[in-house]
Amino acid sequence: MKASMRTAGDWIARHLVLMIGLLVLLYMLTPVFVVVLMSFNQPAGRNTYTFDGFTLDNWTNLCEPYQLCSSVGLSLEIGLLATLVATLLGTLMAFAMVRHRFRGRAAANVFIFLPMATPEIVLGSSLLALFVSSGLAGKLGFWTIFVAHVMFCLSFVVVTVKARLAGMDPRLEQAAADLYANEWQTFWRVSFPLVFPGILAAALLSFSLSFDDFIITNLNAGQEVTFPMFVWGANTKGIPMQINVIGTMMFAIALIVVVVGEFGSRRRGRAVL
Amino acid sequence: MAHVVPTEIPDAPPAPEQQRRGLAGYLLLTPGSLWLAVFFIVPTVSLVATSLYDPSGSLEFGYQMTGHVQNYPHAIAEYWDPIVRSLQYALIATVACMILGYPLAYAIAFKAGRYKTILLVAVIAPFFTSFLVRTLAWQYLLGDNEWVVTFLRWLPFTGAELQLINTPVAVVAGLTYNFLPFFVLPLYASLEKIDHRLLEAAGDLYASPFRGFLKVTLPLSMPGVVAGTLLTFIPAAGDYINDELLGSPKTRMVGNEIQSLFYAGDYPTASALSVALMVTIVLLVAVYVWRAGTDELV
Amino acid sequence: MAEPVTAGSEDLVLAGLTKKYGDFAAVDALDLTVPSGSFFALLGPSGCGKTTTLRMVAGLEVPTAGTVTLAGEDITRLKPYRRPVNTVFQSYALFPHLTIRDNVAFGPRRKGVSKREAAAEVNRMLDLVELGEYAGRKPAQLSGGQQQRVALARALINHPQVLLLDEPLGALDLKLRRQMQLELKRIQIDVGLTFIHVTHDQEEAMTMADTVAVMNQGRIEQMGAPEELYDLPRTTFVANFLGRSNLVAGSVTGTAGEEVSVQLDGGTVTAPVERAATAEGKVWVGVRPEKVHLKPAGDPAGGRGNELRDAVVSDVSFAGVSTEYVVRLPSGQELMVFEQNHTSQRRLHSGDRVDLTWAPEHTFLLDAAQDASAGTQFDDE
Repeated sequence: MKASMRTAGDWIARHLVLMIGLLVLLYMLTPVFVVVLMSFNQPAGRNTYTFDGFTLDNWTNLCEPYQLCSSVGLSLEIGLLATLVATLLGTLMAFAMVRHRFRGRAAANVFIFLPMATPEIVLGSSLLALFVSSGLAGKLGFWTIFVAHVMFCLSFVVVTVKARLAGMDPRLEQAAADLYANEWQTFWRVSFPLVFPGILAAALLSFSLSFDDFIITNLNAGQEVTFPMFVWGANTKGIPMQINVIGTMMFAIALIVVVVGEFGSRRRGRAVL
Repeated sequence: MAHVVPTEIPDAPPAPEQQRRGLAGYLLLTPGSLWLAVFFIVPTVSLVATSLYDPSGSLEFGYQMTGHVQNYPHAIAEYWDPIVRSLQYALIATVACMILGYPLAYAIAFKAGRYKTILLVAVIAPFFTSFLVRTLAWQYLLGDNEWVVTFLRWLPFTGAELQLINTPVAVVAGLTYNFLPFFVLPLYASLEKIDHRLLEAAGDLYASPFRGFLKVTLPLSMPGVVAGTLLTFIPAAGDYINDELLGSPKTRMVGNEIQSLFYAGDYPTASALSVALMVTIVLLVAVYVWRAGTDELV
Repeated sequence: MAEPVTAGSEDLVLAGLTKKYGDFAAVDALDLTVPSGSFFALLGPSGCGKTTTLRMVAGLEVPTAGTVTLAGEDITRLKPYRRPVNTVFQSYALFPHLTIRDNVAFGPRRKGVSKREAAAEVNRMLDLVELGEYAGRKPAQLSGGQQQRVALARALINHPQVLLLDEPLGALDLKLRRQMQLELKRIQIDVGLTFIHVTHDQEEAMTMADTVAVMNQGRIEQMGAPEELYDLPRTTFVANFLGRSNLVAGSVTGTAGEEVSVQLDGGTVTAPVERAATAEGKVWVGVRPEKVHLKPAGDPAGGRGNELRDAVVSDVSFAGVSTEYVVRLPSGQELMVFEQNHTSQRRLHSGDRVDLTWAPEHTFLLDAAQDASAGTQFDDE
């Protein structure tokens, strides 16, 4: 089909898709704009969630609402720890799934997919059922949250790293072995640098899953309060505008990490996205 | 909420001769598998067990394991409406995600050119602004005095009484919004893998781009569509945050009920309802995957 | 039919080498000696086991049975990184995250050569393959031919005792491929290493190698110098896979002195006894198309010894240096005849009645139990 033969309708159709796509994207970003806007809001009253005036107070008095900063701290702590463990265990599993032959591969695949296919309310309630039946009902807290977060992050890590690994030519590792690199050197010099963007993506994913989780955490947190739980609680009592500051900061940090990571890996010749 | 989706759908494993045999595979698999076994499989069994406890017990005084199967008919009869409502809402939200998400994924994969990365970042970035905080933003946006409603009320064919917040529309809109990236990302990964030459060949053979889309792009993107719908439908069916923040008591979903039952200490009924939800979803998903004829999910 | 070669001390020797995947034998009890310093080609269609053989030599595949011996040392179970063997992979397998310089330096660095020494060696190697100015680039920034040369440099820098080349030219276009064939041959002569070249391209194998082993279904069908294989194929597979052959069914009527006589439809032909893979019972009578001469039917002049009479030209195609005829025998079988276009000889036309004639010393006899079409289905590869 020659370009000159394309009809005007065709031209519109081509751009129509892009227009619709951008509108959908706008829909996805609208709440983020609201969050950023609200972080500068001076509300008229405690229970109103309308934009009444501009202020920097929310940014300067970030920790003023009771438990806000401690809940963010707890979420960060759990997020980092759970990400570390889930990424490590999940990466090992991904390597096993893609690079090794063993019995029960299909079963292992289903096993890894199942937690992703289970509604969170079920994941959360079954963990709670386990903790309660093993007499840990009174000991819910940091470690039970951590355990739960690693569990639901794990499958996502495996799937993400696996995708990256499966896209990697196995001959590269064989070439390394052929060129006198032992298993350990092959892993560090070839496999790891090439899979690293996938591992990084998996870690980011894990962290966002963990930092954001409410349903599972809420059931297994005992007396601890994570950031989503703080927001949830505040919703019934009147929402402090500072949560929008946290939202804005997280958004900005994520953006920076993604952009830096993307440009960094582009410089190294392999794009993450 | 599970908030970011892998941006790629995994490929089939490489040919067997490119894989190593031996113990190493099991060693790598063991720690993660143990974690999943202890904190996913055992709890699921534990949940089923709890669903069979005698409901007259309590958290303080303990429960009796009596194989009380009646918990199931009781829970299902009692919460029939929320169960049906959850599935309905999740289904509508999934269809809405498909309608909104396909053009977006398609535009990113084929029409964005060098802005592809920027658009992808724009899809992923909202994940990091807390889910709850964003849903609260919707609560604000859909509020009675905000511009969305004001605008809709101004339209000639809507009444001045029109309301969004606390209605099923708001809940479904929230679900759609929250799970849209879960649809877009796997679909994008699927679309991106399509060989552009195939589209050119289709253009050559069918002449109409739309026929080409129907005959080539759409079938080839099916694995992405299936993965996307599952990652949208499953969490949406169990969600209660959107309903709690954007809905009303009249729109309660099964997730809300399970949560409340646990809080009220009625563990056997809550567990029975959880198991019922899980079984329903597994059955629906199994039928769907079977009908869609794809096994490329995992 | 691996012909025994006296094993020198530096030779690579495969003995009873077998690789099975379940019940399927990819490589079946292979015996092979590759003389040190030779350019050796393993030729065969895809799936014949040639790459699996190569991978077992490289240590990337563990044999089910048999041994690999290099310079008298059994290396069958040695890890790939402990073998003095390097590979140029199909599609090169250059490390995409490393520069050309680091790719080439990879081997020496792993062997513990210091950074400075390695750097000097890398420069020498890149100069050898004429890529010195590209040292700082990433593989993705090079063309296919350049990547191929990097892969070669990356392997050669380690001074392996054996260099394995797995279809190294497969991804290049025809013109570049011809150029690289000469280049590879030149480098092999320069460095004097043993090269084992795996390919499905018979022309490539014949141009480059000193010795060609034709592989089929996990076994070596025949091995020898290219001219030798072409002149005297010992199986129908080799006869068809390496160039083209006419195979006509016949039965041996007797042996007189050095000559075997064969009765076939349309006449009696003879062949030297040393060119008969079998000298009794039913045989395939083979002759290469360019060895056959066409003459007008019944013309007594111009006979070359063996004749088949009363054939009809059924197709003529002009191919520049030669004209390719398809000729139908009275039995209905069609044979190919390539005539050089060098004389003022009259061109024949479709429908012309002709006799076919060729010299007995160009005739070969093959076992009639073999499939006459073996090896033909790979023509287009």
